[in-house]
Amino acid sequence: MNAMTPPDDSRPTTPSERGAASHGLEPSLLLGPAKDPAIIVDHISKKFRIYDERNRSLKAAVMRGRRARFQEFQAVDDVSFEVERGTTFGLVGENGCGKSTTLKCITRTIRPETGTITVDGRMSALLELGAGFHPELSGRENVYLNASILGMRKREVDAKLDEIVEFAGLERFIDMPVKNYSSGMYVRLGFAVAINVNPDILLVDEVLAVGDEEFQRKCNEKFATFRDAGGTIVVVSHGLEVMRDICDHAVWLEHGRITASGTSGDVIDHYLDMVRSERIERARERIGDGAGASPNAATGTNIVRAEMLHADTRDPVESLTATEGFVLRVTFDAEAVGEDVRTNFGIYRDDGQRVGSFNSGWSAADGPLTTVEMVAPRCPLQPGTYAVNVAIHDHSMLQEFERIDKFARFEVLPSEDRHQSGMVDFSQIWRTA
Amino acid sequence: MTATARRRKRPDYPLELLWNLTLRELRGKYKRSILGWGWSLLNPLVQLAVYSAVFGILFKATPPPGDPSGIHAYSFWLVSGLLAWNFHLNGVMGAIGSLAGNGNLIRKVYFPRSILPFATSLSWLVSFAIEIAALILILAVFQTINLAVLPLVVVAAVLLMLFSLGLGLLVSAVNVYFRDIEYLTQIALQVWFFGTPIVYNEKLLTNPKTGLHYHLLGIDVLTIEKLNPMYHFTGLFRTLLYHQTWPTFGEIGVLVAFTATSLLVGSIVFRRIEPRMAEEL
Repeated sequence: MNAMTPPDDSRPTTPSERGAASHGLEPSLLLGPAKDPAIIVDHISKKFRIYDERNRSLKAAVMRGRRARFQEFQAVDDVSFEVERGTTFGLVGENGCGKSTTLKCITRTIRPETGTITVDGRMSALLELGAGFHPELSGRENVYLNASILGMRKREVDAKLDEIVEFAGLERFIDMPVKNYSSGMYVRLGFAVAINVNPDILLVDEVLAVGDEEFQRKCNEKFATFRDAGGTIVVVSHGLEVMRDICDHAVWLEHGRITASGTSGDVIDHYLDMVRSERIERARERIGDGAGASPNAATGTNIVRAEMLHADTRDPVESLTATEGFVLRVTFDAEAVGEDVRTNFGIYRDDGQRVGSFNSGWSAADGPLTTVEMVAPRCPLQPGTYAVNVAIHDHSMLQEFERIDKFARFEVLPSEDRHQSGMVDFSQIWRTA
Repeated sequence: MTATARRRKRPDYPLELLWNLTLRELRGKYKRSILGWGWSLLNPLVQLAVYSAVFGILFKATPPPGDPSGIHAYSFWLVSGLLAWNFHLNGVMGAIGSLAGNGNLIRKVYFPRSILPFATSLSWLVSFAIEIAALILILAVFQTINLAVLPLVVVAAVLLMLFSLGLGLLVSAVNVYFRDIEYLTQIALQVWFFGTPIVYNEKLLTNPKTGLHYHLLGIDVLTIEKLNPMYHFTGLFRTLLYHQTWPTFGEIGVLVAFTATSLLVGSIVFRRIEPRMAEEL
């Protein structure tokens, strides 16, 4: 494990080096010490108690003669990193990896058992927007209350009030009790307060998706202004591509430990490589088991079978790279339908964004079992998770006989050439012209 | 290594937040009720009427005559003790509610948690001040009032608030772990209320035949009362508002000692539990 650490580096100098070294990381995935750190997280660990019984009453405790029994769960395990002032830092990992707990330790709502966190500057957390709003009080009263919870003085709020109200778009409703607000208005006001308290450091936990598109745009502008003005941001997310775009540095957490740290691109690539090798391993195991049933297939009433296959091997496929082809195949009972059928496949990204909808253009009926295939020689999509729908229509496309949503799901894996992001993977040639 | 979260500039206790949370309590208290703050007075008035009818008229309870005020009316004797008790009750129960009811805030934002019970206590102090002001007004119109006691009424109110806050910190913190502390406290306060001579004259603690004090588990009940802080607090408010004279220094010393003990124990326990509140709530 420790072969990767430099042998002469017996006394590491920074927390992040020590933290990374103790986990045997490759030197390239090692985040160096910050020159001017805004946040220093130094070897923090946090255990949670998982109580064996739900009943935690005094009676139960007296009967047992002691407090409720619990098991300990190591949520954060010896995590160290430094956040350079003026940069955007990402905490990445799957659900339950400890990234939100780490963030809460930085906000001080949760105290780590061991280790220290040093924060230099005023923090504002976009964790729970509108936490502490009192439903009976007006929006205006709640702004003052919420701002003072976030550490702002009345005079500062006075100066900022108009800006906050305007940002939230609540000019007409600010003197109304917030219990009459819609959930969108509530969150918008909470966001407006949190981002306008003049923080030096902003902590964000997956709340970038608030409000409508217009408000989203305003938020993103605000983030950009904040970054340009030299603000430090710490973001927690499992949205990889978002993190790649907005973060300068990132740490990857797994089971409470840092498994990678460095520039966000490196960290995310490292993770994707890992996921990819795991998937290949799992696919091998499945083929080895001889399990014939494909998870990427479905059956309906008229549709006998819809499936997604690899273009070359004709095996069920769950993951592929952009250069590999695939086949979408549907078999339906044309006699049961009673007329010719047009076939349509739709591909959607996991956030619901439609990638494309493909129509056979002709209709067919061939006895009880008709099979129609769509062959795609390449899969020109950026890495991510996608789902496929199938629908069969009459020739005019006015009537839909049957539809199966998400009969197949597949993952597009990153190919070797990774210098790209977005939605579509064009085949490209680069040269100096 | 110690589990601390250091900051280069350590903020002071956020007094402004304390003030804002107190305002939130006060503003939220009687919103959406027609009488609004009238409830703050109606509640003790009705309580006073009921106790006066039951104990003053049916049971013919006789209060000691006010010395030197000369007042001799059960209802005035009762109310000067009852208001103090209600303030205490509200302070303790309010502290429990302030943590249990603000779980969302505690889980998400950092601030010294003791602000929540503190703000609740302050908001009840305001209600108490209104009630006392009304009582003084009524005394001035229908009976008599010695204005020289007023500064000490203020001191006594703050002292009682701090005493209740200390107890409130203790039970509210333990209630985070054991939710039935809330119900237990309710029952305990009920027993405590009737165990304190508030609706009855403490002379009733003496057996009229033998002229000796009753005993509880072999202990003189008056000795028990001397150890009961609320016996002293209700007594203080009666001295000030019913008898309308100054208490002895000894009596004030006893109250300061009770308050200091309560605050000390309350804050030690609270501080121990505070770091885990966000997880346990």
